[in-house]
Amino acid sequence: MASTTQISPARPRIAVLGAGHVGTAFARVAVDAGYDVSIAASGDPERIALIAQILTPGAAPRWAVDAVTASDIVVLAIPLHRFAAFDPSLVRGKIVIDLMNYWAPIDGVQTMFEDPRYGSSEIVQHRLADSTVVKAFNHIGYHELESERREPGSPDRRALGVASDDPAALDTVATLVDRIGYDVIRLDSLRAGRVFEPGGPVFGVLVNYEEFEDAVERRVAA
Amino acid sequence: MNTPSTFPLVLGLDTFGDVTSDADGHPLSHAQTIRDIVEQGVLADSVGVDYFGIGEHHTDDFPLSAADVVLGAIAARTQKIRLGSAVTVLSSDDPVRVFQRYSTLDAISGGRAEVILGRGSSVDSFPLFGYNLSDYEELFEEKTNLFAELLKGSPVTWQGRTRAALTNQDVVPHTEHGPFPTWIGVGGSPQSVVRAARYGFSLMLAIIGGSPARFAPFAGLFHEALEHFGRPLLPIGVHSPGHIAGTDEQAQAEFWPRYLEVISHVSKTRGFAVPSKASFDHEIGPEGALYVGSPETVAQKIAANLPALGANRFDLKYAMGGLSQEKLMTNIELYGTQVIPRVRELLG
Ligand SMILES: NC(=O)c1ccc[n+]([C@@H]2O[C@H](COP(=O)([O-])OP(=O)(O)OC[C@H]3O[C@@H](n4cnc5c(N)ncnc54)[C@H](OP(=O)(O)O)[C@@H]3O)[C@@H](O)[C@H]2O)c1
Repeated sequence: MASTTQISPARPRIAVLGAGHVGTAFARVAVDAGYDVSIAASGDPERIALIAQILTPGAAPRWAVDAVTASDIVVLAIPLHRFAAFDPSLVRGKIVIDLMNYWAPIDGVQTMFEDPRYGSSEIVQHRLADSTVVKAFNHIGYHELESERREPGSPDRRALGVASDDPAALDTVATLVDRIGYDVIRLDSLRAGRVFEPGGPVFGVLVNYEEFEDAVERRVAA
Repeated sequence: MNTPSTFPLVLGLDTFGDVTSDADGHPLSHAQTIRDIVEQGVLADSVGVDYFGIGEHHTDDFPLSAADVVLGAIAARTQKIRLGSAVTVLSSDDPVRVFQRYSTLDAISGGRAEVILGRGSSVDSFPLFGYNLSDYEELFEEKTNLFAELLKGSPVTWQGRTRAALTNQDVVPHTEHGPFPTWIGVGGSPQSVVRAARYGFSLMLAIIGGSPARFAPFAGLFHEALEHFGRPLLPIGVHSPGHIAGTDEQAQAEFWPRYLEVISHVSKTRGFAVPSKASFDHEIGPEGALYVGSPETVAQKIAANLPALGANRFDLKYAMGGLSQEKLMTNIELYGTQVIPRVRELLG
């Protein structure tokens, strides 16, 4: 892992890799939250120009390398089975938000992620050794990310989990989550972030801060 | 905008072929479930439903793996209703066979066949037919491409990586009246919306959870993409689950326990935590994706959502596993005799 991650601006620039279900939904709410956002798929930005224009207005379509170079945070919203071919040097020195999930019945068996000792984001961190991985946004459905946003203090505000081994990166992403419109449950290691994975107590359900904490505590106690 | 006045309003029913139960709640056999579905399709025709669609599944709770055979049986006993898939998992099928089966259905039904193609959100067909889930993008793209060629009706020359090449191959039966209507079912993939426009297929939005309004940008993307590819305007449809009974209370009381059981099961296979009653109540409200209630409640929700999404077609996915044949028949009858006329009136 990179020793310290340099992020200067109050609103770090975000590159979203992946313009599918999740990438477009994420890019839209990040633009809304006032961030400078670019979006890339695996090839020519021309191929996602229409998608970006209509679904993520304000997020510029770029080549992945250009988007990443001009960013502080990279959001990995690509199918997990494409990660094995993903070039780690592309995101060297960046904060990488890993919102990918591994669930064999849906994704097919991916050998790299079959190691029971590690959560999927730990495995992503091992491979992206020169980046700082933060696990976040993986456990909410892309179809709810936009409509479930609430102002701070709203009685029905939902909570999202953020996990990282790096406290500074955790802060940065926690701020992003809050600005997008969710309370933050902070876990101080990717290992602990396994609780957000498929099969866990908060995966695919909407919970508020207290419900989330209860679920995590019950899991830790079990 | 694509409003119900641009294209005729179409109100259909879809089923995934969930195993039905007897009056005491015991699951019936696969064979009886299939015979029951034939009766459901026949009733749908007689009460004025426009479309009857059957999804493709390969599991013990959804034994409908050969939808086109069931549709053929319904075709032989009906006059007006349009018949098709909801959806055909094209990624793990052979486009040549899909074309042949649905052009055969088109022949039997006198031109009433349609097909809705899907990339496959329910993944049981991939291992069954020896496909790798990691290849789903390439499989769907190539096979959609071949399917579009086959629909043109003339001998096909095609080459790809997912299937043997074809050289000037005549594929039969030929359809009588040109290509049958073809849709692409989309659950939230922007690439699939653009793909539908690129091939000139209509767009079926599968809205099974969350706010229907969030799909409005997809209609915009579809229109923009059609224009980009120089294609004429095409219809947009909405597919959503629900259940109709005499009153809101009754519909909810019948549906919720079945929904909880089915969703709990699906959740387990997908790694989701089980949804709460509160989330169900949200889904059946105006902001949610489920159409559960009296005919009036369901009609109002359909009439509110279609214009908001620029859609002219709605397919209610009825038949949550474990409901009895009797309740399903009541649902179909209320949909045809009360919901459909009411939606037409509201949007008229
Ligand atoms: N479904 C949910 O609600 C949900 C929620 C949270 C997280 N997730 C996770 O989000 C991830 C993405 O899923 P999805 O459904 O959005 O996938 P998707 O719709 O198939 O889209 C994948 C996108 O990733 C792009 N891509 C692939 N390889 C790339 C690369 N090396 N660099 C840049 N872009 C690349 C693809 O572009 P091309 O077309 O050019 O290949 C495409 O735009 C998955 O890991 C999933 O588990 C899903």
